[in-house]
Amino acid sequence: MPKVIENVGCPYCGCSCDDVRVTVSDDGKKVLEVENVCAIGTEIFKHGSSDHRIRSPRLRQPDGSMKDITYEEAIEWTAQHLHKAKKPLMYGFGSTNCEGQAAAARTMEAAGGMLDNCATICHGPSFLAIFDNGYPTCTLGEVKNRADVIVYWGSNPAHAHPRHMSRYSIFPRGFFTGKGQKKRTVIVIDPRYTDTANVADYHLQVKQGHDYELFNAFRMVIHGHAADIPDEVAGIKKEQILEVAEIMKNARFGTTFFGMGLTHSDGRNHNIDIAISLTRDLNKVAKWTIMAMRGHYNIAGPGVVWSWTFGFPYCLDLTKKDHAHMNPGETSSVDMAMRDEVDMFINIGTDAGAHFPIPAVKHLKKHPWVTIDPSVCMASEIADLHIPVCICGVDTGGIVYRMDNVPIQFRAVLDPQGLLTDEELLNKIADRLDELNAQEA
Amino acid sequence: MAELLIKNGHVFDPISGIKGDKADIAIKDGKIVDKVSNKAEVIDASGKTVMAGGVDIHTHIVGPKVNLGREMRPEDKLFRGDFRGGIVKQGKRMEMGFSIPSTWKTGYSYARLGYTYANEAAMPPLLAPHVHEEIRDTPIIDVSAMPVFGNNWFCFEYIKNKEIENNAAYIAWLLNATKGIGIKVVNPGGTEAWAWGENCTTIHDPVPYFEITPAEIVKGLIDANEYLGLPHSVHIHGNNLGNPGNYKDTIDTLRLAEGVKTKNKFGREQILHNTHLQFHSYKGNSWADFESAAKEVMDYVNSNKNITVDMGQVTLDETTTMTADGPFEYHLNQLNHIKWANVDVELETGSGIVPYIYDKNIKVCGIQWAIGLEIALYAKDMMRVHITTDHPNAGPFTRYPRVIKWLMSQEAREATLDTMKWKDKVIAASNIASMDRELDLYEIAMMTRAGPAKALGLSNMFGSLAKGADANVAIYDLNPAKMPSDPELIEEAFSNTAYTLKEGVVVVKDKKIVAEPHKYTIWTKVNMPDNAQVMHDIKEKFARNYTVNLENYAVFDEHVHNARAIEVEVA
Amino acid sequence: METVKMTLVQQPELFLECYSVTPDKFAGKSLAEIADLPAHEGKVQWKLGDFFKFEGKSGATAADTKIVVNGDVRRMKRFGQQMTDGEIVINSDADMYIGGWMRGGKITVKGNADSFLGIAMEGGEILIEGDAQNHVGSAYRGDWRGMSGGLIRVKGKAGNDIGTAMTGGTIIIEGDVFIHVLTHAEGGTVIIKGDVEGRVGGQLVKGDAYIFGNLLYPLPGYKMIGTVEKEVDGATYTFDQYIGDLGERKMTKKGEIIYGNIYLKK
Ligand code: SF4
Ligand SMILES: [Zn+2]
Repeated sequence: MPKVIENVGCPYCGCSCDDVRVTVSDDGKKVLEVENVCAIGTEIFKHGSSDHRIRSPRLRQPDGSMKDITYEEAIEWTAQHLHKAKKPLMYGFGSTNCEGQAAAARTMEAAGGMLDNCATICHGPSFLAIFDNGYPTCTLGEVKNRADVIVYWGSNPAHAHPRHMSRYSIFPRGFFTGKGQKKRTVIVIDPRYTDTANVADYHLQVKQGHDYELFNAFRMVIHGHAADIPDEVAGIKKEQILEVAEIMKNARFGTTFFGMGLTHSDGRNHNIDIAISLTRDLNKVAKWTIMAMRGHYNIAGPGVVWSWTFGFPYCLDLTKKDHAHMNPGETSSVDMAMRDEVDMFINIGTDAGAHFPIPAVKHLKKHPWVTIDPSVCMASEIADLHIPVCICGVDTGGIVYRMDNVPIQFRAVLDPQGLLTDEELLNKIADRLDELNAQEA
Repeated sequence: MAELLIKNGHVFDPISGIKGDKADIAIKDGKIVDKVSNKAEVIDASGKTVMAGGVDIHTHIVGPKVNLGREMRPEDKLFRGDFRGGIVKQGKRMEMGFSIPSTWKTGYSYARLGYTYANEAAMPPLLAPHVHEEIRDTPIIDVSAMPVFGNNWFCFEYIKNKEIENNAAYIAWLLNATKGIGIKVVNPGGTEAWAWGENCTTIHDPVPYFEITPAEIVKGLIDANEYLGLPHSVHIHGNNLGNPGNYKDTIDTLRLAEGVKTKNKFGREQILHNTHLQFHSYKGNSWADFESAAKEVMDYVNSNKNITVDMGQVTLDETTTMTADGPFEYHLNQLNHIKWANVDVELETGSGIVPYIYDKNIKVCGIQWAIGLEIALYAKDMMRVHITTDHPNAGPFTRYPRVIKWLMSQEAREATLDTMKWKDKVIAASNIASMDRELDLYEIAMMTRAGPAKALGLSNMFGSLAKGADANVAIYDLNPAKMPSDPELIEEAFSNTAYTLKEGVVVVKDKKIVAEPHKYTIWTKVNMPDNAQVMHDIKEKFARNYTVNLENYAVFDEHVHNARAIEVEVA
Repeated sequence: METVKMTLVQQPELFLECYSVTPDKFAGKSLAEIADLPAHEGKVQWKLGDFFKFEGKSGATAADTKIVVNGDVRRMKRFGQQMTDGEIVINSDADMYIGGWMRGGKITVKGNADSFLGIAMEGGEILIEGDAQNHVGSAYRGDWRGMSGGLIRVKGKAGNDIGTAMTGGTIIIEGDVFIHVLTHAEGGTVIIKGDVEGRVGGQLVKGDAYIFGNLLYPLPGYKMIGTVEKEVDGATYTFDQYIGDLGERKMTKKGEIIYGNIYLKK
């Protein structure tokens, strides 16, 4: 008899929807049907029971081929190389549960290395802005139940977060928002006419790379200097700036959702920083919150876990055993790889092979490279050692943090059939490192 | 079986009434016992002070807002590491952070201070799995967490409709779902109002839309608490925190407990615990004529046995304020303009975070410092007045030894006053300079272990060296027969124990972490019949208003670390 | 003043953290003791003597101690970190954090400096004869207390984030700058003799910027109020004066609002 498992979390985008229904075969090895989920989410569940899944670690041989080895051998190889390296880097965590991220922290502390997550190439600038200016935010239910003005700035949920608008922001009928979309004003600020702009009441087509100036103009309105705004700012006419500012000021509850359009254009963190300043300003006259549209279902996780562990969310330098250091620009993965500053690389739960600049990959390739990933990807194919693990949300559960830092408890739907979880694997590596460190001391 | 004998120490144990006499403490299998065999391992405590492990009744150490505080303050970690002059790794993990320590540093630091149990003061129910993840990673000490109820839509509706039973059943359900210990109230109604950018500054300000007042909320929660007979009382951070003139609102809040009786089985006597009383004891109309109202508030507390309080002592450090009182943090940020975080949580609560520097050269900070100490020095029953810094709000808990020094030594208070730029104004706005009371070690034991344990309804387990209690013991290098004349030595002695024992295991020896045994998550399990109406209401709210499915809301058992339930039966 | 000459004899494989290279750490020590001071390459703790040979002699105090660094030290960070007095001359490019958290004394770099030059500096003087990268005289991440005193002069160009959260002191960049000058500042002066792409004085409470070249994209939050003559870096020029950031909070002094200023050379 096939089994139906309800309230399953979707291990894809930062919406971390927890209402998926998965039907699996009697033996728990095959996914038969997936409901309530976007196409891409379905893919992940289906992949979980694919016959092509790699189930054994593979070590590169002198002739360049890959040979299956046991988990024990893979753990030993990794621990020995971590122990030997002066400055190993572990990077990734786009698809790892928090338990795995906590085990990674333990491993890299024992190894005395660098630890970073993919925020470093997506929402790292948001962290920098939070460091400098704070984060007046809320959970997504507050938006659903209260928000009457919604701004998507440099973000395009219609594409990147398919159910964001229907579950959380524009369309749902919440406690104080029983009329749904009808009573909400939606403002999209984006140089492109996106699918999200298509459902907006206002689309401000800001000049690429000049969002900072537009934020500055909005802030001038709040600070009583509307008259001093030039006729056009960042490609937007003054009248339109004033009109939209008026809507923001009169919101009962407003939220700004920002995305990579801000974090990936000039000034990066400063674009978010001034967005936070604007949110602070708006709270003088209205109620406003702001939220990063985090990409993956648990990419908020490492920032949360490592903050309680070390006090820093990413770009961690754990090489000095008594204390951690962080300074993006110095301790960020891409910067270190570009500068050839590390001598071992562990890529976990994301594809650095595909996402890092080519010179960075070339530098990293000179040194031992381990990829820990359930799937075959560029990083697994250029690695010296590929260790397959469970897929979080499919073969293992665990806690994940949604884009609003709400913890969601994921469930396993498939039998892991002997695969280790990230947590189990990393704890075994850390145990071995503890032994090696003890021997040395 | 593991046996231990702590010999010849000067024991201070208010629960069993031992006031510094030389006594031996026997331990077997993690519990205090009458006697042990001659095979017991012996710890020589002669010339030392022996107390039960410390109990922190109110601290912010785990969970979402604590952690956002850590995340947003990298500078709290700058130059505080080892080769730049900080703590060398002693335990399994490194220790980071000053005002908001990492979970690892939190556990180790409490243990070094001789504390073995801490009660996290604010758990947003929706975010409970996060709290429990951090409890798992906080070593050595037992931890409990209080879910916040003062702005919860379910409670609003039940209280408005005068459905005490349903309110109680919902609270019982939520304690179970979140593995929480008791009822916390923060700015009742005011945080809900803050979701619209407003506030409730008196207990009679109506909450927007819900048509209920803070007074009704507090009263309703007191009634539910006593209906259930929970181990702890309602634990309140009232309205109008941190504003000049608020002492009247504080006394109004305390009065809500008048006439209520408790029938709990845990030996708890109070009906209401008012936390961080310092922040609620302000006179004046503005910061210009700001004054201490410690006397007025403590007069009320002293004459009403149904109240317990903790200090919320300002330590004059750079720290991080964080509370579920969202509007307070916003207004604080309007004063100091540093960074501001805020997290409103659907249907339940909110929170804010602002770094803050309690500068001894700022008049208001000096007066706040004086008010906290006055609260303790005016107190008549030290079992009902507990030492806290509302960590990290008024200062980090690692400053408890300094607070103890100030309480035990007028000379130390004067020395601190002397460093203040506006000393004369601080003296004029408070009574601190004229108070010559110096607390003794027995009173300190009441304020740091016996009293808080009793108020939490846990004095048969914690804060006690009586038979049957958990063998949590702190041994300080302080000889009561020869108290040092230099108050700095008092601070030093309380900063690092000679020994800390957790359930009979030596976890600190000679000021260093030496073991990290297992620890518990303490929570309250209410056994009561199912309430169909409440379950129906819960299902409906989850279907309509929450963004998380009901089935994923309660913390899964596998995410609760070493749960230890305090059971309550309700017929 | 006594001089210690340190010459590179061994390149590190990765990058070396030379936080011990300050007059404060060298003062009063023999050459052997100096060679024994720690330096980190990743998790490996070396001694300075593993990479440098030392000659000369240190003074009794930091003020009496000058350090001359020879050899290619572009893969070495943290020279002069937290120094309080004395002098360092680096005859090479050098890596990040030169003079970070510096409180006094003087550092001269004959080549280029990497990022985080003079971050959170409180006093003293830094002269870079070449270019600098990003975050010159900025605050450490999250800190609202950036550079508060002293002088940084870069003869070449610099990147972005010049004087972020600055509260005092002076930064002079003789070449061009990219973006973000005096962002979040509450004081201090930045003089740019070349061109700037934009974002000068954004979210600025207080502080002064002087720009001799072009400011390609001025922020809307600045308004011209007149033309003034000012003496800047030893000479007098005429500037158009702009006040702002009109989108940021402002302090008042005796009832008068204090604005930040951008002076654009005519
Ligand atoms: S919106 Fe995102 S998390 Fe939700 S089902 Fe679609 S892909 Fe999955
Ligand atoms: Zn508190």
